[in-house]
Amino acid sequence: MDTLTVDLDRSPVREANRALRELPDGAAIRLANPMGRHNLAVGLDADVTVTIDGAAGYYVGGLGKRATVLVNGPAGWGVGENLMSGLVHVKGDASQSAASCAHGGTVVVDGDASLRAAISLKGGTLAVGGDVGPYCAFLAQAGTVLIGGDAGAHLGDSLYEAVIYVAGKIRSLGTDARVEELTETDVARVRELAARCGFDHIDPENVTRVASARQLYHFDTHAHDAY
Amino acid sequence: MCGIVGLHLRDDTLQPRLGALLRGMLHQVSERGPDSAGIAVYGDDTLAPQGRATVALLGTTVAEAQAAVKGVTAAERGGVVLLSAAIPTALLASQVRAALPHALIAGRGPGLAVLKGVGHPMAVADRFGLDSITGYQAVAHTRMATESAVTPEGCHPFSVEDGVCLVHNGSFANHATIRRELIGEGVAFDSDNDSEVGARFLAHRLSRGDDVEKALRLLCERFDGFYTLLVSTADSFAVVRDAVACKPALIAETDRWVAMASEYRALATLPGIETAHVFEPQPEEVYSWTR
Amino acid sequence: MDNHTFSPGVQADIRERARLGRYAIRGMGARRAVPSFDDLLLLTASASRYPLEGYRERCETRTVLGARNAREPVVLDIPITIAGMSFGSLSAQAKEALGRAASEVGTSTTTGDGGMTPEERKSSKTLVYQCLPSRYGFNPDDLRAADAVEIVLGQGAKPGGGGMLLGQKVGERVAAMRTLPEGVDQRSASRHPDWTGPDDLRIKIEELREATDWRVPIYVKVGATRTFHDVRLAVAAGADVVVVDGMQGGTGATQDVFIEHTGIPTLAAVRQASDAIEGNPDVKLIVSGGIRSGADVAKALALGADAVSIGVGALIALGCNDTEYDGPGGTRLDARPGYLSLATAAGSCTACHTGGCPVGIATQDQALTERLDPVEGGRRVANYLRALTMETTMLARACGKSDVHHLEPEDLVALTVESAAMARVPLAGTDWIPGLREGR
Repeated sequence: MDTLTVDLDRSPVREANRALRELPDGAAIRLANPMGRHNLAVGLDADVTVTIDGAAGYYVGGLGKRATVLVNGPAGWGVGENLMSGLVHVKGDASQSAASCAHGGTVVVDGDASLRAAISLKGGTLAVGGDVGPYCAFLAQAGTVLIGGDAGAHLGDSLYEAVIYVAGKIRSLGTDARVEELTETDVARVRELAARCGFDHIDPENVTRVASARQLYHFDTHAHDAY
Repeated sequence: MCGIVGLHLRDDTLQPRLGALLRGMLHQVSERGPDSAGIAVYGDDTLAPQGRATVALLGTTVAEAQAAVKGVTAAERGGVVLLSAAIPTALLASQVRAALPHALIAGRGPGLAVLKGVGHPMAVADRFGLDSITGYQAVAHTRMATESAVTPEGCHPFSVEDGVCLVHNGSFANHATIRRELIGEGVAFDSDNDSEVGARFLAHRLSRGDDVEKALRLLCERFDGFYTLLVSTADSFAVVRDAVACKPALIAETDRWVAMASEYRALATLPGIETAHVFEPQPEEVYSWTR
Repeated sequence: MDNHTFSPGVQADIRERARLGRYAIRGMGARRAVPSFDDLLLLTASASRYPLEGYRERCETRTVLGARNAREPVVLDIPITIAGMSFGSLSAQAKEALGRAASEVGTSTTTGDGGMTPEERKSSKTLVYQCLPSRYGFNPDDLRAADAVEIVLGQGAKPGGGGMLLGQKVGERVAAMRTLPEGVDQRSASRHPDWTGPDDLRIKIEELREATDWRVPIYVKVGATRTFHDVRLAVAAGADVVVVDGMQGGTGATQDVFIEHTGIPTLAAVRQASDAIEGNPDVKLIVSGGIRSGADVAKALALGADAVSIGVGALIALGCNDTEYDGPGGTRLDARPGYLSLATAAGSCTACHTGGCPVGIATQDQALTERLDPVEGGRRVANYLRALTMETTMLARACGKSDVHHLEPEDLVALTVESAAMARVPLAGTDWIPGLREGR
């Protein structure tokens, strides 16, 4: 099938998104001249491939199901937020709250991700090739976070059941996050994910596993600071 | 709540295009602050000649200002009156204050012009003829007013010390107390705006001998709330964010310029953005560049 | 003589905190007396104005919400809606009953902090889907199945705070819907994860519009604090409808100090909110927090609300705090031992947080949830909504209005100086509005 191109300098976002939503399964489309515009390719629900040729703004690929969204540039806040399934792949850096609340699917960021990446993650996967900013996986409930570079301060603060793997250094752990021993299952999981993302700089045997110490699951008299 | 853009040129050949480049950036953050806009320009000899004191005035006219203050050159740009004279800025400012007590000094300093106005940022920019403005550094702000009124006085940048401008996105949570403390130390205020408290605090620290970096670090210690701040002086350009980094900010850097904006799309129109080093400032870290 | 500062109740609270080592948590809204709609009176017709006849002459109650941007605005038959209360905080039966009642009388219900259940979607003709800081259970399928979206910034019982649900209510189904471990003491976030401030909210609202193809209205709900500014910013961010929840608004579980000591009364909030919306006729205002009767509804509308929302009132109609619950075959059984086991009594129970609700409303315990018959409960709430509407139109007609939305501040006077100042209507029998207008 020919790849259709929509020029965002000529078509408003609303019109472009409507065109995307009408694509049949298997279709592919390019969005040219995105120039950091917001809300590109949000709310998709089909097996389509959307390639964004340049910088995307806030919430690119958010609230999506089944679709593949490729961003050939950086992405703004909340890339792939509330993703249900499918893939959002950012070839550049991602701003704050990447993959926030994602229930499923995978958000891949080849570069760095800023603050609060994977905040309130609900079962999805976030893989970052570079570094992540402070408060990564804040309140993350379920799912997997893979960090190819270093993690900023307060990693995994108030974690629930999500698991974080860090290839580089960790600036500091957040409240209730702890380093745990890496198991064979973890190594296999990291190997599969790194391979899928093309992150060959990550050695699956040499990552740090961070998970919840589960001390905040119930009210505790002596953890006042945590409330 | 707002949009911020700023451009600090390293390559002097870009100086004739400063206003045009800034206009392109401002356009992209208009929706973040549709109420009003303000611009500060360093190095435009038409607006604010180098080596002469300039004050930007709101609430007066060229005729009135010229009649009231002797020996000044006066020009008007989109409702803002720019007065300049070959005397120290502090002296010019005090003469203006005495002669035109009802006018507001919106900006002051040698080689600095501050222009502010109410309305859609692009309409405001056109009133100021932003396209034709030149210089080596400029900052601009679009405002969605949170608690204080939509007036030219409430517009950013706040320029309360010679050559110093502050623009702010966010809201301070303990500004009333700091305002009272500063008033207790003899500082006077022009508006009820929380961002002005930030600007006055900064000016107060600078007047006590702190440099911009130290003053901003003290601001981080003293102020609660959410903020991304862009602070410029005659020879520097600095960015800082609160401890939680709640409001957006991006910095881009090339050999030819340093730029800061609330959103990437405001940087996307700059020449050479494709190869720029683009990054987000970390919480409570002061980033600064000097000429 | 009683000790006013350290009353027996205060002493009990201190001992409770000494025992727990943490703040006290409870359900429902503020218990303290605050200036309310009871402090206002309607100036019904006489010689200078003529009343409309009840039953014969028309008094419109139809309410359209969200025509500012949505292709399909919400159209309600009555100006009274049911507020957001989560499945988790409430039982599935209670949610279903509320949906049945609302559908029967032509109004809307609202989901809550925990997502949408199929039962409530099925039973509700018009369902408002909340988007909360926690985003528990939030997903694009339910988003597209909703008739409106409500972005919640805060709630009257706890503006600035996040939701709570204690472990005893986080059962298997609730935990799965919220992606949480079963039995955790859930404390949800107080800030949204992917935006802060109205400039970014504007972009978030646009995302939700794109994902729903600009079909449904977007509401923004705020707890009443700096109401004028907050509402103005919600409008600037693009809200079609602003929901303002006063401090009397209820909660399923919140810290007692939050409930009693934060926010402003609904009475004070309505006028500030309607001032903030002035000049934007397409933006609609819903007010909630302590609405009990048609008189409250009429007064809220007169002060500028387009509709009101009820939470606690609907629960009481459902059977909350009642001495009896639904037994088999239409019988009614004694609920009092249940209250006793929670160390409370029917009529003063605020133990929603414990999950031991003896009338099957605020619980996830299967034996208890069966005490509420969704059909019977729904009928009671529908009756209550009908009665509220009749009372409202009766008062509106008596003021000479052919539409309940034609009620205006000039139809009101205040009984106290405080309420006159807050509602900005004159003290009864004078022209005096404290702080605004000298009286004659």
